[in-house]
Amino acid sequence: MQLNRDDLLRAYRSMSTIRRFEERVQEEFSKGGIPGFVHLYAGEEASAVGMCMHLGPKDYIASTHRGHGHSIAKGCDVTGMMHELFAKRDGLCGGKGGSMHIADLNVGMLGANGIVGGGPPLVVGAALTAKTLGNGGVAVCFSGDGASNQGTTFEALNMAVVLKLPAVFVFENNQYGEGTGFSYHCGSGDIAGRAGGFGLPALKVNGDDFFAVHEAAGEAVEHARNGGGPSVIEVDTCRFYGHHSGDAQLYRGKDEVKTLRENRDCLKHFRTRVSEAALLEPDALSAVDAEIAALIDRSVTSARAAAPPDPAQLLTDVYASY
Amino acid sequence: MPQKSIRQALNEALAQEMRRDPTVIVIGEDVAGGAGSEGQRDAYGGVLGVTKGLIGEFGEARVIDTPITESAIMGAAAGAAVTGLRPVAELMFSDFLGVCFDQIFNQAAKFRYMFGGKAKTPLVIRTMIGAGRSAAAQHSQSPYHIFTSVPGLKCVVPSNAYDAKGLLIQAIRDDDPVIFCEHKLMYDLRAEVPDEPYTIPFGEANIVRDGDDVTVVALSRMVHYATTAAGELEKDGIEIDLIDPRTTSPLDEDTILESVERTGRLVIVDEATPRCSIATDVAALVADKAFGALKAPIRRVTAPHTPVPFAPDLEKLYIPSPEKIAAAVREIYGYGK
Repeated sequence: MQLNRDDLLRAYRSMSTIRRFEERVQEEFSKGGIPGFVHLYAGEEASAVGMCMHLGPKDYIASTHRGHGHSIAKGCDVTGMMHELFAKRDGLCGGKGGSMHIADLNVGMLGANGIVGGGPPLVVGAALTAKTLGNGGVAVCFSGDGASNQGTTFEALNMAVVLKLPAVFVFENNQYGEGTGFSYHCGSGDIAGRAGGFGLPALKVNGDDFFAVHEAAGEAVEHARNGGGPSVIEVDTCRFYGHHSGDAQLYRGKDEVKTLRENRDCLKHFRTRVSEAALLEPDALSAVDAEIAALIDRSVTSARAAAPPDPAQLLTDVYASY
Repeated sequence: MPQKSIRQALNEALAQEMRRDPTVIVIGEDVAGGAGSEGQRDAYGGVLGVTKGLIGEFGEARVIDTPITESAIMGAAAGAAVTGLRPVAELMFSDFLGVCFDQIFNQAAKFRYMFGGKAKTPLVIRTMIGAGRSAAAQHSQSPYHIFTSVPGLKCVVPSNAYDAKGLLIQAIRDDDPVIFCEHKLMYDLRAEVPDEPYTIPFGEANIVRDGDDVTVVALSRMVHYATTAAGELEKDGIEIDLIDPRTTSPLDEDTILESVERTGRLVIVDEATPRCSIATDVAALVADKAFGALKAPIRRVTAPHTPVPFAPDLEKLYIPSPEKIAAAVREIYGYGK
């Protein structure tokens, strides 16, 4: 699929937004303004954006603990997300979900998920809705390499094949399930190969390369949309931060993150590629970066100033309280 | 009015709602039965025949046989509910919640609150409860108290065919996830059931019998055992006020409290195990809100705190009996007199 100038700018804006959002969340979390836990997506941007650029408002995604990137890529309001992380009344979930449960059904975002392996069965359901209503929708499940070992994932893959559902399962292999390495935790050492055993097309793609992800994702989404059934994409990617913000990452090798940032930064690769091919000028990219930095600044300023939830909200949005 | 079994009443409720609303689907193991084989396509209609015939009218797109894969079934139903369908998923035996509880407990139950009110999850999970078939420890439990304890879930425990139909239609039209508990020994139990669709609101108890001496709260099959006990007690001049809450979440607290205010005496009959149960919940409710009215200790007639045994002789001892209910009523009726 040929990407025009607008597509490239859209892709870069989305990836840059995720990167800046996560860097800023890390700063704000360290200062103590954000309660709870945050799991940062920096380093994996090409996966969320390369996939979600193929999706429209009728399509759904389910996400993981590490859900900010997927949310932004699917079109969740960045300011609403920041307010949610700061636990404010006008956050995307009214301050009742937080980082691990950011959702916006209106843009087809079924939620970050606090349960590893929670998303795949839900995506089977979203794809079943699309198939039953015949509305041409596709449902995409983002999971990590950690969730690739969960029974719910295996059940969902099988069910999606059995019911021939319009679903795509994306496994973002960042080499860690929390702090345990992929070479240890995945018995077969190969997520795509194992997933293929369920009887659906499965391939691996280099997550440092936005264009590779975008192409593979486009084929998988089209396959699903045209009634071809589900498929799997394993994205080889990397995590610039720990499992969660504040993780000392003592399990990682010396200079591992430094090397990853130098060699495997999907944003850097994107900039180089489009500059060398004269597709986008450095000035245009810098203008996007400046615009995003200002947006994130404003979102933090307004999030800090926003009101916390009203005490009465404790008892709303659930049918009964005692 | 025509007499129908609970099985027929449930089947009729499903068919009528599927005709009314094209987003209602049925999904589960053997809900048609016979997918992928050469014989009859509608071989089972659910293992107890509740969904029999639906595939003929509504087709494979809306009556969906699944593999034996409870997490995927419950998750698919939850994900479909939150994206625009009204699935009725079958969790064959309620004991099987052990392999799929995450999708019910952490996913479906939480969406609406966790997402700040932006999600609705109109999902019904039909499931079998109850001992009495020598199905032993993993096919005989009555875990409605577990569902009841989870905020975000509603829980329905019907005791007769009339209630079963009205409550199932209500459950399908409800925008929250509802667990619908059917007692495996009551599917053939008949009652007068109107042909037309109707609903019974959640949180409204049924007063099965009026009496001024002792309040008895009972659920599901235990309503019938309490009715049997009531007949015996009547011979001794003891009149019980028999309340069937019909839904444990929401619970009709007012009807229970009003009755205890009048009688001053309470027996709760519950086929489930005794700890952290509906029996303890109702006892706590009355101790909390009607303490001044009590003239005797509250008595709970429940299963023992054991797994369900296999041997018929032991299982009979496990399940509360009309005799045990009558004995508990007599004891507190005589207390302090």
